[in-house]
Amino acid sequence: MSQQTNGAGPLVEVESLKKYFPIHKGVLGREVGRVHAVDDVTFSVREGETLGLVGESGCGKSTLGRTIVRLLEPTDGIVRFEGQDISKLGARKLRPLRREMQMVFQDPYASLNPRKRVGSIIGSPLKIHGVKAEERKKRVQELLATVGLSPEHYNRFPHEFSGGQRQRIGVARALALNPKLIVADEPVSALDVSIQSQMLNLLDDLQRELQLTYIFIAHDLGVVRHVSNRIAVMYLGKLVELSPAEELYQRPIMPYTEALLSAVPIPDPDLSEQRERIVLQGDVPSPISPPSGCRFHPRCRYMTDICREVEPPLTDYGRGHLAACHHPLNVDKETLAQVEVSRRHTPETADERVSPQEPGKETAKPIPGSR
Amino acid sequence: MAERLVEVKDLKVQFATEDGIVKAVDGVSFELDRGRVLGIVGESGSGKSVTSMTLLGLTRDKNTRFEGEVLYKGRNVLEMNESELQEVRGNEMSMIFQDPMTSLNPVYTVGAQICEAIQVHERADKRVARRRAVDLLKQVGIPNAESRVDNYPHEFSGGMRQRAMIAMALACNPDVLIADEPTTALDVTIQAQIIELIDRLKDEFNSAVILITHDLGVVAEIADEIIVMYAGRVVERAATRQLFYDPQMPYTWGLLGSIPRLDREKQERLHSIEGTPPSLIRMPVGCKFRPRCPFAFDKCMEEPDLVNRVEEPKHLDRCWLSVPEKRKLREATIQGEVAAA
Repeated sequence: MSQQTNGAGPLVEVESLKKYFPIHKGVLGREVGRVHAVDDVTFSVREGETLGLVGESGCGKSTLGRTIVRLLEPTDGIVRFEGQDISKLGARKLRPLRREMQMVFQDPYASLNPRKRVGSIIGSPLKIHGVKAEERKKRVQELLATVGLSPEHYNRFPHEFSGGQRQRIGVARALALNPKLIVADEPVSALDVSIQSQMLNLLDDLQRELQLTYIFIAHDLGVVRHVSNRIAVMYLGKLVELSPAEELYQRPIMPYTEALLSAVPIPDPDLSEQRERIVLQGDVPSPISPPSGCRFHPRCRYMTDICREVEPPLTDYGRGHLAACHHPLNVDKETLAQVEVSRRHTPETADERVSPQEPGKETAKPIPGSR
Repeated sequence: MAERLVEVKDLKVQFATEDGIVKAVDGVSFELDRGRVLGIVGESGSGKSVTSMTLLGLTRDKNTRFEGEVLYKGRNVLEMNESELQEVRGNEMSMIFQDPMTSLNPVYTVGAQICEAIQVHERADKRVARRRAVDLLKQVGIPNAESRVDNYPHEFSGGMRQRAMIAMALACNPDVLIADEPTTALDVTIQAQIIELIDRLKDEFNSAVILITHDLGVVAEIADEIIVMYAGRVVERAATRQLFYDPQMPYTWGLLGSIPRLDREKQERLHSIEGTPPSLIRMPVGCKFRPRCPFAFDKCMEEPDLVNRVEEPKHLDRCWLSVPEKRKLREATIQGEVAAA
């Protein structure tokens, strides 16, 4: 994928972002609990890069994506878009920014209005932002061609298209206003594998042509590998690993990432039989009362006492690879020793080019000799 | 030799619609023996679900026409009357549907839905049925089955609902379990659990499985034999290892090439099968895959038969290319180096 990302500044910066959903019960509607959907997440996305956001259902990845584009109000924390804090802007001030940030949704059957023609579906963002009718039609036909559909499809209804074609319509709609950032929420998981690869190639081409920045949400590490420059792994509202893409596949640090990798099926009967499958038992625990310490500990095969009690901080292991784990995998002794030292004495040593994250910020407790 | 449970002979299923006759299944044949797993692979609209639903008589309608035979233990399912079918459905052959979110009834508890099958087929009383339901939920790995049995579907997660669906399908010890895209709606981690579960239960219940999917990666591990379907017909059929290591049909190469692979170097571009499957009303002339095939030549205007062309006698395919030619073109295609036509 594109290498032009080097040197470009961050387009999106997320700092300690939190999104809680209150649970109300009873006649008085008292708040009895909170769903910790996104819990203190910090990262940034550089201009022109693709950040893959991976995790199981219920880990908060969609909520995070929606909070970044302000489809949801953040509970706390900061979202900066091109340096401007947008987390507290009102609706009117947000409107010009909406042009810059668009979404592609998961389900191509549910995200297109069945009563509207393709022309008006793709044209509606243009209409909202005041583009005249004739110009609109021309632009929509251009967009249809861009995503590999025919301009004659202008007057058709969504039901006349297959799943893959509908998803292309969704992409065309997202592109209508020349956005800088596209948040794609599981854009291929409802499609057949053969159509999936068409979509992934299309998204790749569009990024190169239009200099787009993507946040690509998926539950399948196989799919994100193909499009991402960097990958962030989420578990129960927390960012647990953030790494350049290939690095993550070669040397996963967090046991959860290791398990996710091993769950991706390999279309080769011999290899598939040989490799060790780490089948994660059970489901993701409830985000209403997440487990203590490391949130992954009840399902982790390396779990020890410390995991139950202390939440591991997101730590920099070099090469832009961050992870939050007491028992990091694939880390050599020297790096580990360095990390231990830096965790105790200089919490500001993180590679600032990679992320504004300060290791040790969350718990700030030094954990000597955890392995 | 293992007992032959299902034999499908030249099955054709056609639906009369306003737009014309849809040839959903057009000449499909296969056999299934006890203890075996058959994978049926193809894109949406290739006829794989219609084939499996026809095995249970679920496609019967005044606008449907059938040809050929579907034999279950020697009896033709297509000729059974409704009450004979009732005996077979759930009891001898049962089905796990794709979407666990919509295939459970939201207003009954999970336990009640499992008990229903047991009470209908075995005329068991309520208490016995309930005890079996709890046992089944335990077998499919639901924690606290005793209390979970009284939960409603919305209290279950996606993976648990699919497990409950499997429990329901197994309630009457069926001989044949048909799983129609059982993992498509699920996360990869849960997918791995469910596939493992189906494989284990197949041995415990001594049954046979038909596993339908669009993803060859899913069947690699557990299928014994695979048929690849396209436009209502079988385009390749072989033992699993044979299909993965010596695929003969360019369509199969396309399916293999479009899976993003973690066990290989990252490719610059994924191979993709350009275009979409043909309309089942107006099918292309000759080989049905010709319009999307990068290697089509003049002979493809005539449709090839499903016959054996390689050394392995049970490996059948429908492609005119010569075997050495195919072996030459194949690797490049799967690796994504050949741009599609």
